[in-house]
Amino acid sequence: MTRFLSIRFLQAAIVVLVMSFVVYGLIGLMPGDPIDIMLSGDPNMTSADAARLRAVYGLDRPLFERYLGWLGGAVGGDFGYSRQHHQPVLTIVLPRLLNTLYLMIFAFLISVAVAIPAGVYAARHPRSLVDQAINLFCFAGISLPVFFLALLLIILFAVVLRVLPAGGMTTVGESSFGDRVRHLVLPVATLTIANIAQVTRYVRSGMIEVLREDYIRTARAKGADENRVVWRHALRNAMIPTVTIMALECGTLLSGALITETMFSYLGMGKLIFDSILANDFNVALIGLLFACSVTLLLNLVADVLYAALDPRISYR
Amino acid sequence: MASVTSTETAARAADDAALPPPTRPALLVWRRFRRHPAALIGAGVLIFLALLAVLAPVIAGWRGQDHEAVDLFNRFQPASAAHPLGTDDLGRDLLLRLIYGGRISLFVGLVTACLTASLGTTIGLVSGWYGGRVDAFLMRLCDGWIALPLLPVLIVLAAVDPTKVGLPAAIAKSPDLSLYRIVLIISLVAWTTSARLVRGVTLSLKTRDFVQAAVAQGASTARILFVHILPNALSPILVAATLASGNIILLESTLSFLGLGIQPPVASWGNILTNAQEIIWSQPMQAIYPGVLIFATVISLNFVGDGLQDAFDPRTEGR
Repeated sequence: MTRFLSIRFLQAAIVVLVMSFVVYGLIGLMPGDPIDIMLSGDPNMTSADAARLRAVYGLDRPLFERYLGWLGGAVGGDFGYSRQHHQPVLTIVLPRLLNTLYLMIFAFLISVAVAIPAGVYAARHPRSLVDQAINLFCFAGISLPVFFLALLLIILFAVVLRVLPAGGMTTVGESSFGDRVRHLVLPVATLTIANIAQVTRYVRSGMIEVLREDYIRTARAKGADENRVVWRHALRNAMIPTVTIMALECGTLLSGALITETMFSYLGMGKLIFDSILANDFNVALIGLLFACSVTLLLNLVADVLYAALDPRISYR
Repeated sequence: MASVTSTETAARAADDAALPPPTRPALLVWRRFRRHPAALIGAGVLIFLALLAVLAPVIAGWRGQDHEAVDLFNRFQPASAAHPLGTDDLGRDLLLRLIYGGRISLFVGLVTACLTASLGTTIGLVSGWYGGRVDAFLMRLCDGWIALPLLPVLIVLAAVDPTKVGLPAAIAKSPDLSLYRIVLIISLVAWTTSARLVRGVTLSLKTRDFVQAAVAQGASTARILFVHILPNALSPILVAATLASGNIILLESTLSFLGLGIQPPVASWGNILTNAQEIIWSQPMQAIYPGVLIFATVISLNFVGDGLQDAFDPRTEGR
């Protein structure tokens, strides 16, 4: 297990390293040049000043050399400054990270709490009216664009009913816990709905498969209580593939969070990545993207480990 | 001897007459597909939207309206006979823009799904057939690709300045660039599903007798892959491509919504919604129509994909 983990960590580290170079290169290809942007703010600059600035910031050197310079700093914990916020990148990223984490944890817990009972019920009563309703909901959930769902929720709860705020983190001049929670309701709901749909589908198909197995018939034949059969014998086995999917879904939550946060002006990581890409804030965008990659890779790893932990037939030595 | 043969033939003919005539596989698939009401409705919705998209210029000519002509004196007109859904923030007929937007969204969905499927199929065939290091390399690439955060990567790719990649100015400045770009970048990130699928089919078919026979006869690799193996993988590829096109339309509309996809004045369902957050307070319905169309298209594609899957492979029915 240790060996497996260390190999996988090494692989993930290599992927992140490769990604950092690719993203570094890609970000250089985006429109706008940092020096041009600086110049546009000061009419007194001459082209000689521009050339000097380029040399100061090392922008006259080839791409790979610049990348190595950045990497050297990054390994030492220096990720550069944000052009937009005039602060070190980490100072900006860390609080945003925390905000996104709140969002994702709530969304994840709620969707698991809803999806497992719903999926199990649908699998126990296939083709029933409730199963078909759940199925319809799942199809709707995966077909609804996240930004449109967010718009619908804003129209319904903020414009028509006026019960919840349309966005932001807190109401100006108010800092109570309740106010914070009220601002979380709609973003969490947006993230949760698509996720519930996805996870329910996997739970349902996993359970239907497992409920056909011989050991379920055996369990019933020896007189085990039906609830025990479903929740202990069947669910535990059905969860093996589902857990993997759920870990991967967390990665999707991160992408979904980008849209959700943008829609609700929620100051999280996703909105930070999006805003910094649009504002040519290269250092922040780079760290944001690399962070998103690392989280997805880490979740893949967690999925593999859970797979082995839940299924004794699989072992990574 | 001759009489014996003729009796045998007659007997066989009588046997054949007793059996129902052989059913063509396509007909069997259609019969099973027909039993899936949601898929049928989905197919109907898609055909209707596709017809509207194809006929968009005809409808524009008949209504005597131009979906890109700005008319600032007629902003946010309420629904009327001339403008059944009213006009948008630049005074353009919303219904016509929605129809033209459908043209873009369906085009992107169809073309990108085909490109994605071809790219994925080629990679899958090569990976499954050659095995060994080629397979290991391509599948690791696939794993790494899946680990990328989809939306942020697409946003970076969409933001790349075409002149900095060395594209000639004629293409870089072309108004259709945003359309080609979105097709290209979504194809680049979405090929993994079909690649894995086709690789699996290729692996299982490669040891089968009919493929071995083709190998023994000295058929070229390309012939084996494309004439013997590919046809057997077509139905899962078709299902995957149908489901993928739904996701592609979602991605396109999301990018266009964020202002990084299809660029105005060209209409797309996503970019009609771009400033929706400002108009929801005054014109909430204007934000609802395009979203409903995206939703209807994508859910229809998902239902049709699901129906096709059951129709091609009855064993999966009800799962």
